[in-house]
Amino acid sequence: MSIKAWTFLFVGVTFTLYLVIAWLARVRDTKGFYVAGQGIPAAANGMATAADWMSAASFISMAGLISTLGYAGGMYLMGWTGGYVLLALLLAPYLRKFGHFTVPDFIGDRYRSDTARLVAVICAVFVSFTYVAGQMRGVGIVFSRFLEVDVAVGVYVGVGIVFVYATLGGMKGITWTQVAQYWVLITAFLTPAIAISLDLTGSAIPQVGLGSALSEEGTLLLEKLNQIHADLGFSSYTEPFIGSWDKLNVFCVTLALMAGTAGLPHVIVRFYTVKSVSAARWSAFWALLFISLLYLTAPAIGGFARYAMLDGLHGKTASELPAWFETWEQTGLILWMDDGDGTLAYTGDERNEIFRSGAMSTAAIGELKQRHAQWLRGNGGEDGRVVLRQAGLSGPDRDIIVLATPEMAGLARWIIAFVAAGGLAAALSTASGLLLVISSSVAHDLYFRMINPKASEERRLLVGRGVIGVAVIIAGILGIYPPGFVSQVVAFAFGLAASSFFPVIVLGIFSVRVGTVPAVAGMIAGISFTAFYILGSVYGGMSSWAFGIGPQGIGTVGMLVNFAVTLGLTPFFPAPDQTVQELIQSIREPEGVGPALNIDDSVEAD
Amino acid sequence: MPPPHAPDGAKETAAHSYWRKNLRIMAVLLLIWAAAGLGAGVLFADTLNQWSLGGYPLGFWFAQQGSIIVFVILILVYALLMNRLDREHHEDLERERAGGGA
Repeated sequence: MSIKAWTFLFVGVTFTLYLVIAWLARVRDTKGFYVAGQGIPAAANGMATAADWMSAASFISMAGLISTLGYAGGMYLMGWTGGYVLLALLLAPYLRKFGHFTVPDFIGDRYRSDTARLVAVICAVFVSFTYVAGQMRGVGIVFSRFLEVDVAVGVYVGVGIVFVYATLGGMKGITWTQVAQYWVLITAFLTPAIAISLDLTGSAIPQVGLGSALSEEGTLLLEKLNQIHADLGFSSYTEPFIGSWDKLNVFCVTLALMAGTAGLPHVIVRFYTVKSVSAARWSAFWALLFISLLYLTAPAIGGFARYAMLDGLHGKTASELPAWFETWEQTGLILWMDDGDGTLAYTGDERNEIFRSGAMSTAAIGELKQRHAQWLRGNGGEDGRVVLRQAGLSGPDRDIIVLATPEMAGLARWIIAFVAAGGLAAALSTASGLLLVISSSVAHDLYFRMINPKASEERRLLVGRGVIGVAVIIAGILGIYPPGFVSQVVAFAFGLAASSFFPVIVLGIFSVRVGTVPAVAGMIAGISFTAFYILGSVYGGMSSWAFGIGPQGIGTVGMLVNFAVTLGLTPFFPAPDQTVQELIQSIREPEGVGPALNIDDSVEAD
Repeated sequence: MPPPHAPDGAKETAAHSYWRKNLRIMAVLLLIWAAAGLGAGVLFADTLNQWSLGGYPLGFWFAQQGSIIVFVILILVYALLMNRLDREHHEDLERERAGGGA
């Protein structure tokens, strides 16, 4: 069977599985729809959280990012896992005790303000939409690369699947589908990693393999990698703080990602779905354990692929190149522009002949190749290397690292096809979690809590389903016609979450003194500062005037601004009233959890 | 509506001591969190790189492996300690309730 046939088979089987689960887990009330009836076991919730969390970016791009950045790739690893410690210790158990449906719910009730609730709704919807557009795009890209269909067709299929199981089963359907998706994606990620580790180092554990010696040469893999890097003009793989990634920037990005992770609404709501406070703690543990399986393996894949790529390509002639190179050259993820000597050079300086097509169209690349061939023959044309280098397209696309690893390791065709199913599982699971946050923010917080508190149970469920349906379609449109800013903004969503939600929720739990005005002011100050700095540096050509901190790490400063404004204003405004004091005391105390609050009782409490 | 607090002083004390112990556990674990992730993984990574562990330079290992392992263990320890503290707190409350009724 061909790779394509295997891919159709795996995608067909996994998609059918998701639909069957959705049918079995369909729900009839709002509690089932928003928080899965709060009866999900801790370990299952951990798996669902892990699948929810690990997006197309984690699955397809992260290992490639580490492969390119070397040491500095660690900031993503530490940031996206360290955030769970903050989540487990500072937020999850208390928010579960609080027992409502959404993050804006907590902020609105704790600060007794519809303004605070509205600001939180806007932040949640904005963060979630920027994120979900990237996921739908990811579904389309996996389809187009493995099944050779148009990106748009892939997005339609993804939209269709998510539409069915999200509207049918709400949080319950999403949770059980995510459990299945976790197993698909983690198996698809680990199998090639283990195989390539065995191939290069003889160790079946990739994490041990990365620290081992190469089977063929006997030198340590990481030492060899540093040596090749030095020879070819790349900066060291393991040495920290090179170039723009100085200590301050690595520190700020890591911290912003940590606090941002803890503040992302689609992760926080997962802890509302378990039975008790104790189950919320356990489920944070399971979540990070399941996530760490992928996050501890990604650096190994990054290192192995870096070595396989440099060793397999540099200094080879066209006939000596590995077979995978030809397959992936057709996709434009990797390009070779020879300087005329017939030998490939993959280096970190101007001798480099390896590029990627980036956003350039196939036609534009074809034309460039022709002009480059003319230039090589010496009759006009132009040096394609200079054009691509100036366009910032040196080196292969980072997505190739995960997508081509199975072929680099010479694995069977069905494993390559399985990786496609894994990428789709990662993208779909994250997309559905985000869509539910959008639905609950709009249908629950905006419609039910603010616009029509008298709405009946049936009506609320209908609005919830309607909103999620509309949101899926908008996400699909954003996936087919991605606005230029989406790919950049996704990375910044963390900064925005860190500077808005994180401080407000933490202070809401750990301080009985902080009142409404300081909290709202802090939230607005934090998110405006961060958004202004990001937009200014990315589009306005503003220099990094805040101590040279780049836009990715500015969320850390935004978070400090938020804390400073909130705490600075607190003494001048009254403390929260008696009702809120009691709410805080009850959140802090694990007793009397029992079954979660019924949504109708929670309204009477206002 | 969340159950309101019992007005008697005994429960206040139990809740107060529970919260103090909780904060202490949290502070210690967060200190380790910061030391492993932001400390060993970032601030001291260049210094730690002089040593090596299992074929990895140590600072690099902390940034890409060690910190993540420490994070997983921290949450495990937190869940174990807190769930035990919850049980003790529950027993305290039971005792006080029994004592108050006598």
